[in-house]
Amino acid sequence: MKNYPDTHPEAGPQESIEKAFSCGLDTAWSRLKEQEPQCGFGTLGLCCRICRMGPCRIDPFGDGPKEGVCGATADIITARNLIRMIAGGAAAHSDHGRDIAHSLLLAARGDATDYMIKDEGKLLSIAREIGIEVTGKDINKIAEEVAEKLLAEFGRQDGALLFTRRAPEKRQKLWQDEGVIPRGIDREIVEIMHRTLMGVDNDAENLIRQGVRASLGDGWGGSMIATELSDVLFKLPQPIRAQVNLGVLRKDEVNIVVHGHEPTLSEIIVAAARDPELLNLAEEKGARGINLAGICCTANEILMRHGIPIAGNFLQQELAITTGAVELMLVDVQCVMPSLGSLCQCFHTKLVSTSPKAKFPFAEHIEFKEKEALAIGRSIVKMAIENFPNRKRERVAIPSEYISEVVAGFTPENTYQFLGGKYRATYRPLNDAIISGRIRGAAGLVGCNNAQMDHDSGHVEMAKELIKNDVLVVATGCSAIGAAKAGLLHPEDALQYAGKGLREVCQAVGIPPVLHLGSCVDCSRILITLCNIQKEGGLGDDLSDLPAAGAAPEWMSEKAVAIGFYFVSSGVQTLISPSFPVDGAKGTLDLITRGLEKIVGAGFEFEDNPVKGAHIIIDHLNRKREALKLAPMMYELAPSALTLKNKDVEK
Amino acid sequence: MKILQIDIERCLGCHSCELACAVEHSQSKELSRAINESPPPGYRVNVIAGDGAVGPLQCRHCEDAPCVVVCPSGALVKSEDGPVLLNHKLCVGCGLCLIACPFGVIYSDVEGKAVIKCDLCSERLVAGDDPACATACPTKALRFREPEGLE
Repeated sequence: MKNYPDTHPEAGPQESIEKAFSCGLDTAWSRLKEQEPQCGFGTLGLCCRICRMGPCRIDPFGDGPKEGVCGATADIITARNLIRMIAGGAAAHSDHGRDIAHSLLLAARGDATDYMIKDEGKLLSIAREIGIEVTGKDINKIAEEVAEKLLAEFGRQDGALLFTRRAPEKRQKLWQDEGVIPRGIDREIVEIMHRTLMGVDNDAENLIRQGVRASLGDGWGGSMIATELSDVLFKLPQPIRAQVNLGVLRKDEVNIVVHGHEPTLSEIIVAAARDPELLNLAEEKGARGINLAGICCTANEILMRHGIPIAGNFLQQELAITTGAVELMLVDVQCVMPSLGSLCQCFHTKLVSTSPKAKFPFAEHIEFKEKEALAIGRSIVKMAIENFPNRKRERVAIPSEYISEVVAGFTPENTYQFLGGKYRATYRPLNDAIISGRIRGAAGLVGCNNAQMDHDSGHVEMAKELIKNDVLVVATGCSAIGAAKAGLLHPEDALQYAGKGLREVCQAVGIPPVLHLGSCVDCSRILITLCNIQKEGGLGDDLSDLPAAGAAPEWMSEKAVAIGFYFVSSGVQTLISPSFPVDGAKGTLDLITRGLEKIVGAGFEFEDNPVKGAHIIIDHLNRKREALKLAPMMYELAPSALTLKNKDVEK
Repeated sequence: MKILQIDIERCLGCHSCELACAVEHSQSKELSRAINESPPPGYRVNVIAGDGAVGPLQCRHCEDAPCVVVCPSGALVKSEDGPVLLNHKLCVGCGLCLIACPFGVIYSDVEGKAVIKCDLCSERLVAGDDPACATACPTKALRFREPEGLE
């Protein structure tokens, strides 16, 4: 009997997992087996550890307790815990945004000479948007003022975050009227921690409303600042060809894997790995070159700006090490498993942590400082090269047949040019395609991998079903990598999976049916894209009117909860799998599905089967199309014709 | 014959065995659905605290079971291969077994018309699995195994 888990056939090398299991190496899958069965109270969200009168549990069956010691019901407990997850996710995205803004400030002041403003056009447009005078000013001075003004958004106390003005007016007014407009990025996160303290906010709806507000502070604040200023510092991505999956690791080169989230580090490593001096050193050590590959979102950042290959998504971080071919893995923050260090002990791989915020067992810590960025980057690359001779050839097993070609690097900005051409950049063709029924609508696929589910099956199966039904898919983060591995980001090959209408549009424009929009903070690009579509006209006057939906089909991180909430709070219906840990509380469940719909015009839906999930999304898009009185789908038979056809078949 | 062995020292009082028991005795056998079933499935094991200790308690499946002796309708029988089983259809809900049980591990069902008790997950045993409570126990305080030193 096999004891290793299944993965989606296109997800990645099953052999790597088998090998890890047969060698007795611990992976997320084997540790999950050890954890099973997992606690039912936690799964249902019915435990509270907020104060020390507890821990308390609510009995979902029999005659056991229905309230915690303080009197908190299942609804109060689940609502408190859920918005604490939002606080965690929003804090992570926003702290990432803060770091990028801080790097821009240092670069502008000349304190971090290894960074420079690479996209002046984008800087100027942001500066004008947020009311900074640009005429006759030095570019660095403008950058300094932009960085200062956006850094102030974190500590803002009242009013509304600057980027919320990008939303349609109707949406802004709704946020104002409902009292959920984010006043400051940090403030809303802190307020969640205050409200969920023992004995503060004990009204499930009031709690969820604060969750809405903090999540908006993430999507239209922290995450959006991260995206926008990364573009300023590292240049707006342009569509670029690259390769994805574990097969990108090379047998005869020094393999360096960057894993984590912030591009400030990975960008510098890209530069260092191209240093002629270091390339010479690599040759001296017997390597044919230096091969850089990424995991998770930092991979997405350098994929879309430099075409650096991606070794895999979240659940492949351990598998990359088990190839025995990685000289050095360097990590910064978020989604980095604490298991990596001990796994590296079984191989020659060096694990290097770089952020003062994130240290790991058995990792060497080389603190990354913006002021000495390139010097530090070079020393890390050198360390990898010097480790190359320690590689044990007999233990190297790169699954080289697992490699997919992709085109990545789409943004709301370059989509204008794609659709309309360089000289008449416009979203019109996209809106027309939706209105005329070639494209049913758009879906944003985001989020993680979860060891509880078949690796990537949620992302891949859902994306395939969506594009088959003429839904244009935009993807970020590990979801985008999952789709990439399955070949769905290939502009020619992927079209075989697309419905006729979507295929025609993709062929005419020259794009794949699944568009890679970047890392998880780049979910803010999805918001901007939707705003642009709405602004183009013909599809309603609010984001909630658009035939659009979101989905996180394999989520595990609190960051996905924050993203899901800012999607929904922006008016985008969102499908989640596995469900949020609120199943044990009917009131909270009702609140985040139907209740939120009444407040923000969209709610959550939960479905674990990705194909069924896709059809929930398709039904939703159809309802939105109907409300907008759009034409029926161009190549779909009318219901009457369909019955006729069935009758013919019967005969 | 294997028995459910309880190691009081290892029990942390997490109640996971109770949930697993209820799910096993539900119609859907799935946690998120089981909690909404009507009538609720109910659990046959209870985590009980007393004398500074905490531990799960369920039917001990006595060799000479007093509940079987007092049952007037023949609903309770001691099966040949071990477990004391309840035929729910025959139970009239008189409650005599509740009084007779020396361990207090037979419970009235939600509607109060019949009793429920541990059946040692007889269906699972046939399939070669351990009882649900033992499988669910994260600290192995509950284990299904041959009795040691109890000869």
